[in-house]
Amino acid sequence: MRARTASNSLRAPRSVRTDARLGAADAAGRRRGGVGALRRLAPSALASRAGRTPFPLAAPSWPESVPRPPPVSELGVHYDTAWSRRYPVRLARAMVLDNVTRPLARAVASPLIRGDESLSGLEGPVIFAANHASHADTPLLLSCLPLRFRHRTVVAAAADYFFDRRWKADVWSFLLAVIPIERTKINRRSADLAIELLADDWNLIIFPEGGRSPDGWAQTFHPASAAYLAARSSRPVVPVHLDGTRHILPKGRRGLRRTRTTVTFGTPLWPDDGEDPRRFGVRIEAAVATMANEAGSDWWTARKQAAAGTTPSLQGPEAAPWRRSWMLSSAPEHRDTDPGVEWPRRSP
Amino acid sequence: MSPRPGFVLDVDRSTPPTLFWHGERFSLERLPEGSRVIYAPEPIDALKDPGASIRAALNEPVGDRDPLPALLRPGMRLTIAFDDISLPLPPMQRPDIRQMVIEQVLDMAADAGVDDVALIVALALHRRMTEAELRHALGDRIYDAFAPNGLLTQHDAEDPDALVHLGMTDQGEEVEINRRAAESDLLVYVNINLVAMDGGHKSVATGLASYRSLRHHHNPETMQKSRSFMDQHHSELHASNWRMGRLIAQSGIDVFQIETTLNNDTFPPAFRFLQKREWEWGARDRVGYLAASKALDRTPARYARQIFHSVRAPHRMTSVQAGEVEAVHKLTTDNVWAQQGVAVAGQTDILTMGLPYIGPYNVNSILNPILVACMGLGYLFNMYRGKPLVREGGVLIMAHPTPWEFNPVHHPSYIDFFDQVLSETTDPVEVATRYEESYATDPWYVHLYRTGHAYHGVHPFYMWYWCAHALQHLGGVIVVGGDHPAVHRLGFRAASTLADALEMAEDVVGASPTLTHLHAPPILMADVH
Repeated sequence: MRARTASNSLRAPRSVRTDARLGAADAAGRRRGGVGALRRLAPSALASRAGRTPFPLAAPSWPESVPRPPPVSELGVHYDTAWSRRYPVRLARAMVLDNVTRPLARAVASPLIRGDESLSGLEGPVIFAANHASHADTPLLLSCLPLRFRHRTVVAAAADYFFDRRWKADVWSFLLAVIPIERTKINRRSADLAIELLADDWNLIIFPEGGRSPDGWAQTFHPASAAYLAARSSRPVVPVHLDGTRHILPKGRRGLRRTRTTVTFGTPLWPDDGEDPRRFGVRIEAAVATMANEAGSDWWTARKQAAAGTTPSLQGPEAAPWRRSWMLSSAPEHRDTDPGVEWPRRSP
Repeated sequence: MSPRPGFVLDVDRSTPPTLFWHGERFSLERLPEGSRVIYAPEPIDALKDPGASIRAALNEPVGDRDPLPALLRPGMRLTIAFDDISLPLPPMQRPDIRQMVIEQVLDMAADAGVDDVALIVALALHRRMTEAELRHALGDRIYDAFAPNGLLTQHDAEDPDALVHLGMTDQGEEVEINRRAAESDLLVYVNINLVAMDGGHKSVATGLASYRSLRHHHNPETMQKSRSFMDQHHSELHASNWRMGRLIAQSGIDVFQIETTLNNDTFPPAFRFLQKREWEWGARDRVGYLAASKALDRTPARYARQIFHSVRAPHRMTSVQAGEVEAVHKLTTDNVWAQQGVAVAGQTDILTMGLPYIGPYNVNSILNPILVACMGLGYLFNMYRGKPLVREGGVLIMAHPTPWEFNPVHHPSYIDFFDQVLSETTDPVEVATRYEESYATDPWYVHLYRTGHAYHGVHPFYMWYWCAHALQHLGGVIVVGGDHPAVHRLGFRAASTLADALEMAEDVVGASPTLTHLHAPPILMADVH
């Protein structure tokens, strides 16, 4: 046996020919890539050639003949939130929610809770569908939920906004138990996750508008959100109206502003047998609109207008932007309770 | 995501080093550019409810058989035979497939009021299983119900009273099998079909046969004509067993065959890197590799062996079929190929392989030099259909420490075979003609086989015959990292490094050879065009 070092023999490519029959297709493919073109090396290969950490201490290089699979994103709708529903995390979140979030909500939003008696006999899990004007909506609504719902509720959050960075996904998953939802279309993965969680006795908060209001008036409710999930899971939808939160943290503004808010829970709505989710979605939106009307007037007026089909639209009048803003800023703030009562305050 | 099929990698500059098994150790070797590496398919989906699938298979048998419950009646004699410790590899996590299947068969027998039921381990000439091994294979429930009453026995190929001669095939092959099995109203055989060679008529014709019968197909001539054992259409071993199986059927022995296939999920999570493609190793795999390889490098071989032999494979059942032997086996073979088949274009000048710590005949034991040869030349070399992976006159390079070490309890005749026979000749035909009969009939070996846990005296000869096709086909065999005296005794050449081995191989196959590495285990079958 001739004496030769291992490195000499193993690294002598000329000593082994590439059989024309073997891997011919790949060889042709490489030729098409350009004769003489520099072949791209993976960073770890370059590192090892430069005398830096070799495999397996460093990540392996990728063979040129093997096509790379498309990168699998772990963000957006692909972010796995299962960890945030494990018991230790739930316990930590409950402590934060009860000891930090709720006092903060009281200090900043001073919420008045109305209609929560409609939840008293309701069996969970349920879907809370609310209008959406501010980032404060979610912590406020969570703070106002009865205890039996509060710590077993997940929040549907925009996958492209809350899950576009790892740290954001981690933070919001921990603080609010958010799950990623595609807001522009029905995504099977996110819908399946929501239904799976409903089946596992988790309540769900969802904002059917798909995002915060740009000007204070609500946007059209997305038919493929609360109504669709309710139809598929056969669970009731509790319409919720949040009034006043647009002053706290509206779109485009940083920093909190103290104000007074009203959280109104409506009567739970069940999808009728065979009811189209779009029709059910219209019912949910109408229920929220009625509660919005009630927040600006009174219950009886709102009921009469609902019966007559003259409830003002959540989306506001079709008018020039300044007029829409003008109407919002001039709307009377309906407040009929003593702000000094014990928190959370309830309507008399 | 559906499991990916097998893959042939063309090694280039960016290819990371390739994992080589080396007995109870492993290493990463950089292969020359232009080499190929054959990777096994990923584990295919397992049956969601194996119990329901087994019941369905027993109730809806294939090949013109009545459902098993219809074959069971009070007063009948029922024998259940099953594969021994050599399957599967590594031994699977509990519950073993044999337990799952036999419990269902026994449930049906109990429902039908069958009292006379016996279980037989189909040992052929293998060693007897220990109580712990039987409990692992069958479960405590079956073991405790049958073993204390003498109804769980191990086939004894040397007990004249327990054998019955059924006749001769048209090729003059004597068929002698277990008497209890032959004289039963129904013989249920429970297989684990790890590779395409397992099962079919081989189950009874080999597993329950005597030396007198086995010698007709366990000989150099049959092995050299079997190209390969895994391809039933070109295997003389298969043809001989089929002739015997048909004679068994003509003799009136009613065999109800149950065959099962496994996915190739071979290693538990701690060793998962062993079945992944190197460029896909994540941080966990690399840490696992480094931790395991560094720890094993510092662990004495016997302890490393104990660690590995305690590994239980997370194999899962992928199919179960029951009924008439040949119809069942056809389905089984298709299912085995669905998991293990890899299409490979063309042969190679040099075939490399790393041999793991385990083979069919050293479960809880030592892979001695003869078993090293059998593992490389007998099993992995024969993992092909069509043509061998390596061309005629090519070189096989295997990595294994090949210690001159034997388990005296399990392999007593191997020690003498290695000392006395291989020191004289390594030619399988000469080995057979000069030495086989004396070892096969040696009363001490027979005694150890019947009363201890020893392989039969003739078994090392069979291991050597198993290599006969490869020895005839190859131009040379090189063992990397092997014990030099032991490797030379086998008639092979030893090399210290893969680089040295490649250089030595070039002396045989010429300059600029093609090279293919068989990345197994997990088990794969090369379909060579």
